[in-house]
This record gives sequence, structure tokens and C-alpha cells, in this order.
Amino acid sequence: MSEASVAAADPLAEVLPRISPFARFLRRALGHNGLLIGGGVLAAIVLMALAAPLIAPHDPYAQDVARRLIPPVWDAKGGWDHVFGTDKLGRDYLSRLIYGARISLMIGCLAAAISGVIGTTLGVAAGYFGGRVDAAISYLITTRLSMPVVLVALAVASLVGGSLNIVILVLGFLLWDRFAVVTRVATQQICHAEYIAAARCIGCSTWRIVFSEILPNILNALIVVATLEMAHAILLEATLSFLGLGVPPPEPSWGLMIAEGKSYMFFKPWVIVIPGVALLVLVLAINLLGDGVRDVTAPENRN
Amino acid sequence: MLRFALRRIGVAVCVAFTVAVFSFFLLHLSGDLATAIAGPESSAEQIAQIRVEYGLDRPIMAQFIDWLVRALHFDFGRSFYFQDQVTTLIAGRLGVTMALGGMALGFALLVAIPLGVVAAIRRDTWIDRSALMISVFGQAMPSFWFALTLVLIFSVKLRWLPASGGATWKHMILPVVALGTYAMPAIMRLTRNGMLDVLAADYIRTARAKGLSTAVVLFKHALRNAVIPVVGLAAVQLGFMLGGSIVIETVFSLHGLGHLAWEAISRNDYPVVQAVVLLLSVVYILVTLAADLLNAALDPRMRTG
Amino acid sequence: MTAAPLLSVSDLTIDIPLGGRTLHAVRGVSFEVSRGETLCIVGESGSGKSLTSLALMNLLPGRLKRAAAAMSFDGIDLLSIPERRMSDLRGDRMAMIFQEPMTSLNPAYTIGNQLTEAFLRHRKTTRKEAFGRAVYLLEKVGITAADRRMKQYPHQLSGGLRQRVMIAMALMCEPDLLIADEPTTALDVTIQAQILLLLKDLQKELGIAIILITHDLGVVARIADRVAVMYAGELVESGPAAPLFQSPAHPYTRGLLECIPQPGKTRPGEPLGSIPGLVPSLTGRVSGCVFRNRCPRAEEACSGEVPVVAFGDARRVRCLFAEGVR
Repeated sequence: MSEASVAAADPLAEVLPRISPFARFLRRALGHNGLLIGGGVLAAIVLMALAAPLIAPHDPYAQDVARRLIPPVWDAKGGWDHVFGTDKLGRDYLSRLIYGARISLMIGCLAAAISGVIGTTLGVAAGYFGGRVDAAISYLITTRLSMPVVLVALAVASLVGGSLNIVILVLGFLLWDRFAVVTRVATQQICHAEYIAAARCIGCSTWRIVFSEILPNILNALIVVATLEMAHAILLEATLSFLGLGVPPPEPSWGLMIAEGKSYMFFKPWVIVIPGVALLVLVLAINLLGDGVRDVTAPENRN
Repeated sequence: MLRFALRRIGVAVCVAFTVAVFSFFLLHLSGDLATAIAGPESSAEQIAQIRVEYGLDRPIMAQFIDWLVRALHFDFGRSFYFQDQVTTLIAGRLGVTMALGGMALGFALLVAIPLGVVAAIRRDTWIDRSALMISVFGQAMPSFWFALTLVLIFSVKLRWLPASGGATWKHMILPVVALGTYAMPAIMRLTRNGMLDVLAADYIRTARAKGLSTAVVLFKHALRNAVIPVVGLAAVQLGFMLGGSIVIETVFSLHGLGHLAWEAISRNDYPVVQAVVLLLSVVYILVTLAADLLNAALDPRMRTG
Repeated sequence: MTAAPLLSVSDLTIDIPLGGRTLHAVRGVSFEVSRGETLCIVGESGSGKSLTSLALMNLLPGRLKRAAAAMSFDGIDLLSIPERRMSDLRGDRMAMIFQEPMTSLNPAYTIGNQLTEAFLRHRKTTRKEAFGRAVYLLEKVGITAADRRMKQYPHQLSGGLRQRVMIAMALMCEPDLLIADEPTTALDVTIQAQILLLLKDLQKELGIAIILITHDLGVVARIADRVAVMYAGELVESGPAAPLFQSPAHPYTRGLLECIPQPGKTRPGEPLGSIPGLVPSLTGRVSGCVFRNRCPRAEEACSGEVPVVAFGDARRVRCLFAEGVR
């Protein structure tokens, strides 16, 4: 059966102006509200954390029993000396909040980095080698997923003794599952592509293929997962600290601040509202940034 | 189908065993249990005595095999702190947590699925955007803080609901909402995206070309296919919620498994901790297994293939 | 033409809003189909032929805008009837077969369920009767062991079988008009021939009107009574199949036909024709002849108004220099 072979031209292709991929990326990024807001807020919080000693009005650890539980400035009894009031030991809430951002960000970044290295290694190995390696690693992922994170983290933190480093390590070793799942699938997809077969044919080593072909191609997906896991780690640290088994006092962890304020919340609700909103804003900013990166780099995955 | 089920059950048993190994060695290797039990001020003799008393001086493999054999008979030993059999303790607390988890999942599904469906049908309208906002905020909210905020609003300010305890059904409302909200965003997003994918499918166009009403097209042809992946996610979320119950039960002083775990952890009552970790893992494995089998039953490609 | 046509469309327009701009995907398309007749709408991808077929059934995606001077089906004004009445017609008196048999059936329900669905919706009938009719039609479209097939799921059937099921499904309510959008494109060549033969036989037996959408001129030559050629959203030429193939009037039609090797006419080794250039952008105002940038005969006048000229035996062409018009 014969067929009229007229060049199939997509009328839409004519409509869209031809621009370079980077310019398109930039244009999409600048047109994406979530990405801009999330990135902006996160940048502000990072700056605040870095410049904490310069901008914090008081020493976050200095206690002053005479000035306990002063309400924030918007309350009739509040004053500009303590913008967000003071806690039960008379420590300045705003200063503790600013220093607390350091803890949250540090935990988020380091835990995501550790779990990222573990998860990506496992995921890429599973996706690249397939077969038994894949089966073994998939089994490991299933096992890890069936263990309750909060419970295991609490139990280990309690046995070893809670400290910032322990929390980072425990979360780092627990949160690798999503990295592994995502990189495994992404690597499988790439390994089926012809250019990997071509690279193998011309005798590229496994290492070379992994570092120069696979990793650059899964980078976008990795960034998205990294933001998710950062947010996850920050929330988990707050939860552990809230339950009294995370970062120990007198560190100004936001979760710990909520735990310390819990007994006063019925009369002074701001002691839990302020650190809670801080957590919400930080995690929201990271999530918006992650969603934005996904939308901009892989718009076909968006719905 | 039978072969799929048997294989899946086999994997589940293996995973449960691996989890048991993990949870045992994790607790025995991450610190010295005898020191932890005795407390920081105890002398070397006291620690040594405890070590002998609890059998911690034996080789670790011997301890493990002993524990595993007894665990298979649902015997997890005696609690150090509560002075009771671990199995009895858990049996007394399990009901509260299961009820909480089940109701929270029900709440999450009841809110998230309709919201996801409506958001997909009315894509890019204010409904879609508000559903997205809810899910973004829900994902960013620390669950313990959300629980406390609920207490502040509904117990302290409005005085509608009790703040803690588990005596009546009214006590359960806030914990269920707090825990359910944790699972809602993911289910909502998956329902919405699944529904969008399905609505763009060719068979939806076929159904419309047959002159079927919008309701039949949506509920018979679209939702059935969109909901298949939600079943698996709901199971995973139920597992996460059982883990999250430790937070919610602590906030609301509900005497369930999570609260028991927290008490046991803060008192180094490790037989209880070990048993609860294993139990929650096994429940997760069972629930995801059930979801996989249910999925296979819902999807003819798996059922007959 | 003696009897009133079953379906008549005049000046059909479909616009696609593209964030501020508008893509005029289909412009000024008019045609008629009579009972027992096969109209083939031919055109390359993106020429608007599939959109036209969906517009007839009012199945265009929501954001697309349909407009026409007139559109009537057996005396019913399709432009003004409410969606409720339109859905009564769909699947009952107007049925449709789609391009992708692999994805056009719902994976979650049995063939039987999907076959009987429309019949149960449009007729006062029992499940048993619907089942019986479905089995009868499955046998009619050449499916053996129809009873067993009724209980199977789409994934258990091959592409050819699924397309037969789709045809049976479209015939359930004895439609007056069957719209087939590239029904054979996704199938093997041998299956293609079988399906076309089947459509032709069914038409003879049931006297239905068929609108067949295709880009395959081979298919057109086998099955068409009349042909309508679409290019870039416009109907450039239409008329009875034989004279149109014999003496194409529009340069685009001629170009298309030159792309096909013809036994006896095309010598071995002789290069086949091709049409140079690209389809123009259809956003913003579209004026003049859309083919002028690729047309060997284009002149300045082609960017002005180009009317549709009727000539010969019910033939129409949209060209200033159409051959054989006078």
C-alpha cells in the first residue's frame, strides 16, 4: 500500500520562537512565581543564618530571670527591646530564632548530603548494573521503607545520646530511600538510551560512563529530591527535638523552642506560634524551590 | 495472579525477617545497653550486674537467636520499666493506635480524593489552585506543631473539643485531623495528577463518543483507573502515619503504641522499643502487601496477565 | 445530488487559543455526506482533519472554539442543540472510531461491558439483549469465539482485534453516520486491508454514511466515493473520487498525487515528486491562499482573496489557477 509522504510539519513549531535552551530555562525560571518566592525566601533565611552574630539583637543563650516570657512587640505589653518577646528563661526569642535557622539549615544540608551520597550510589548501581545488584538494592530499599523513621531515629538518638552531630548522622543514614528510588529509575532510563550503548561500544569505562554520562543527566532529578529531603530532615529534626531526643538544650533548635514553650502555650500562645511559623516558612520555601526546579527543568513531568 | 500473590508474600516474609535483624542489631550496636539502662550515675559493678541480669554478657548472636525464637512466639520478654510482659503491654495499646491510624487514613482519603478529582476536573481554576495551596502548606507543616495549633484553636480559644486524653470519640477528632492532614497532600496530588492523565486518555474520548453522561465518564471510566495508584500510596501513608502516631499520641496524651514507644525510648526500656519497631514494620509490610494484592485485583492487566 | 445530504457542514472554523494569540486551526471548511456514501478527508498531519471530525461530534477539548455558518445532521441543527441532546445522538446515530486501537479501550473493563454500554444507554433494552447484539456484531466484524471475547479485557487482544471491537462498538446502535479517524494507521498492512474491506462491506449492507479521515492516498483510492483534500486548515479541493484522481485541479492535490508511485506510469528509477517548503504559521490573521509559499504557480494575486470555485461534476476547488475549471 502506497503512502503519500508529505513532510509532517507541526504548525506549533512555527509559532514558538527559536531560543537557546539556557535562555528558555532562564525565561521559565523568571516566569515561575513559586521558584522565585521559594528561592528568595530561602536566600533571605540563609543570609540571616550566616549573619546571625551581626543581626541578632541579643545573646541567644543569655538568661535573664527578671525578664521571663515577655510578649512580642505586637502585644500591648510587648516592647521593641525584645521584638518576639522572651522565653521562660528570659532569653531573647528573636535572637534564638535567628540562631535556630543555623541549626535547621545545617541539619537539612548535611543530612541531605549524606543521604544523597548513599542513595545515589545505591540507585545508580542498581540502575546501571541491573540483574542481581538491582534485586539486592531494591530489597534494601523495601526494607528501609518498612522501618518507621521517627521511631528508629528516636531510639538510636536516645541510646547514643542526642547531639547535633548524632541527629545529622542518624537522619543522613535514614533518608536515602527516595534518592535511591529516583536515581535508580532515572539511571535505568538513561542506560536504555542509545548514547550509552555507543559510549560502551567505544570502550568507555564504567566510571567514565557514570560520571560523564549518567550523573549529569540525573542532576536535575537529584536537585529536586535533595530539596525534598532537606525539608524532610528539617521537619524530622524539629520533631526529634520536640520529643526531647534531638538537639539538646540550650541550643536554640526551633523544635526544641516549641517543646520548651508547650507548657506555657495556653497562656502565651506566641511561644509556640513563632518558631512554628518559622519552620513552616523555611520548609515551604525549600519545597517551592524544589517544585519550581522540577517545573522548569522537566516541564513534561508537571501536571 | 496466584503466583504473583505467593511471590509477593514470600518477599514480605523476607523483608520482615531483615527488619527484625536490623532493629535488633541497630539497638545492640549503637550503644551500650547496660550503661543506658543503669543510668549515668551508676558504678561499674552496677553496670556489670545489669549486664548479667539481662543476659547482655552473652555473645550477641546467641542473644539474637534467643530473641528471634521467642519473638516468633510473640514473646518479647519483660519490660524493664513497666514490669509487665511486653506482649501484654502492646496488646493493651495496639487498639488505640490502629483506630487512630485507620480513622486518620479514612479522613485523609475522604478529603484528598474528592479534592484531587475536583481539582483535576476544574484544572487551573481557583478550586485547583486552592487545593494546591492546601497541599503545599500541608506538606510544609510540622505535624506536632499543627497538632498544638489545633489544640490552641479548638480547645483553648473555641473550647469545642478536649485538648488531650482518649476517653470519648470527641477526644479522637483533633488527633485524627492532625495525623490525617499529614497524609493528605500526597494523596491529593496523586489523585489529581492521575485523574488528569486519565482524562487525557483515548478511552475517555471513546466513552464520550458513545454518548455517555459526564457522570458515567468521570466515575466509571476515569476514576476507576485514576484510583489504582492511590491504593498503593494510601498503604504507604498508613505506614508513615503509624510511625507518626508517636508524635501525635505524645501531644494528645493518647495511650497508644506511639506513646508507649516514646515512654520506652526515654527510659531505655529496649525490649519494648525493639518489639514496637518490629511490630510497626510488620504492620507496614502487611498493609503494603494487602495494597499490592488489592491493586492486582483492581487492575485486570495484573489479574489476568 | 437528489436527496438532501445526511450531514452538511458549511464554513466550519476551529480556533485554538494560545495564551494571547489564536491559532486558526480550521478555516471555512464546508462539505456534505449522503447516506450510503464514503467521504474521505485527506491531508497531512496538522492539516486539521482530525479536529474537523471531532468538531462534528462536539468532542473538541474544552479550550478549543468551534464556529460554523451551519451544521446539520438529518435536519437537526448541531450548532444549537444542547449538550444533553447532542450526547443522545453520539454513539446512537453518529458513531466514531479512533486512530489508536491500543489505547481507545478502557483497560479496566471487559470488552463486553464496553460494547454493551452505549446500547444500554441509548435503547430501552435488557442486558441480555445487549449482550446478544454485541456477540452478533463481534461475529459480523470477523471475531471468532465472540462469547469468550466478551469476557476478556482489552490487553488480552491484539491491535487488529481491538480495532474490530471498536468498529463493532460503533455499530451497536446502527448509526446513520460513522466517522473513522485514521482507523488503520496503527495497524499492520494486511490487517489494514482487512479492516477497510470490512468497513466497505458493512456500508453496503447497512447503508451507513462513512467519513474516513486519513493521510493515506492508497486508502482513499480503495474506498472513497468522494474526496476532500485539506491543507493547513482549509479544504483546498473536493469532489467525486475518480475525476479528482484523474485530473486534480489544485496544485497541492497534484503535488500529493505525484508523491505516489503508480504502476505503469512511474518508470523505474524515476524520482518521486515532493512538495518543497513548510506549512505556514496559522496564528494571527491568515489571508490569501495558504499554499502559495510552496506552490509552483503562485503569483501576487494569490495573497488576496481566493474564492472557492465550483466546476464539473460537483467538484470544488480553492485556487485562482485551478486546472480544468473552465
